[in-house]
Amino acid sequence: MSADSGTLATLGALFAELSMLAVGGANALVPEMQRRVAAQGWMGPSEFAALFALAQAAPGPNMLVVTLVGWRVAGLWGALVATGGFVVPSGVLTYGVARLWQRFREAQWRRVVQAGITPVTVGLVMAAGLLLCRAAITDVPTLLLVLATTAVLLATRLHPLWLLGAGAALGAAGLL
Amino acid sequence: MGTGQRAAYLIAVPDSPPPPAAPPSLAVLFGSFFSVGMLGFGGVLPLARRMIVEQRRWLSAPEFSDLLSLCQFLPGANIVNLSVALGGRWHGPLGAVVALAGLLVAPIAVVIGLGAVYLRWRGVAPVAHGFAGLSAAASGLVLATALRIAGPLGGKPRALAVAAVACAALALLRLPLLPVLLVLVPASIALNRRGA
Repeated sequence: MSADSGTLATLGALFAELSMLAVGGANALVPEMQRRVAAQGWMGPSEFAALFALAQAAPGPNMLVVTLVGWRVAGLWGALVATGGFVVPSGVLTYGVARLWQRFREAQWRRVVQAGITPVTVGLVMAAGLLLCRAAITDVPTLLLVLATTAVLLATRLHPLWLLGAGAALGAAGLL
Repeated sequence: MGTGQRAAYLIAVPDSPPPPAAPPSLAVLFGSFFSVGMLGFGGVLPLARRMIVEQRRWLSAPEFSDLLSLCQFLPGANIVNLSVALGGRWHGPLGAVVALAGLLVAPIAVVIGLGAVYLRWRGVAPVAHGFAGLSAAASGLVLATALRIAGPLGGKPRALAVAAVACAALALLRLPLLPVLLVLVPASIALNRRGA
């Protein structure tokens, strides 16, 4: 697996930066990730949306889109460097803070900061949803599928994996 | 405490914290997070909670909630932070690495395998259309998540305004995330501090 070290360094630096910007979980990072991989010329919105969808369909944490982007750009080393870049900075921070946590877990400022971050997270995840929709909706059937998936997930407790499977099956059967 | 005694104790006070478990070995730590990573589809946290609180009894329910709120507060993926914090608590940096590796090794292998299928076969019509359907369903999933977490903001116009500005900045204006966060997070903290 050949990958030039410049690309690997770019991948590692990009995802290390995103790691520290991930204030609302991995979904909130999707708009920035999509923008940055396009700016690098690595992939367009629809390929990014496909990789994101794949990561949702795989087991494990939903940050795996990071691994897939790295893999797509620079093979196995790219996958490892992107994943490492994403988990190490926040992991080191968590490791350090977890030991001091008792001192400030009841602090009022923490609740105040969290109350401020939550609405921003909501907006970022909504932006992620809209951008992914823009890439995934190509015609009326895909629009209907997006709307149906959203409605079913909000109205029922059905496991998301069923809907991902149903979407893929409908597509493969030529119904989209 | 004997089993009979424990059973009686649990029946009498079902919500009391169980006796704390002994610190797990590195192998158990790896294996436990491995199974969570391998079995967790569409969100690993519920499985992680079941494993940590109910099966292994490493933490009581309040301890778990407390640690999770720390992991959500800090940047990064929540479950990644959780594995690092728990592994580190018992075995220092090595424990953190072992727990994290257990969590990620199988999902990384699976997702790369799926990626290889996608790249190899995406020129074939049924596969390409299958991925189009998968992408549409996945974007519906993110929309539903956004609407669900927006629910609690319902009666808070200032919080909703912040969410709308964040969404427009990223989705419509395509602004970079860092300056958006640097402006919006302090503004949002100032605007929403009364509700905290």
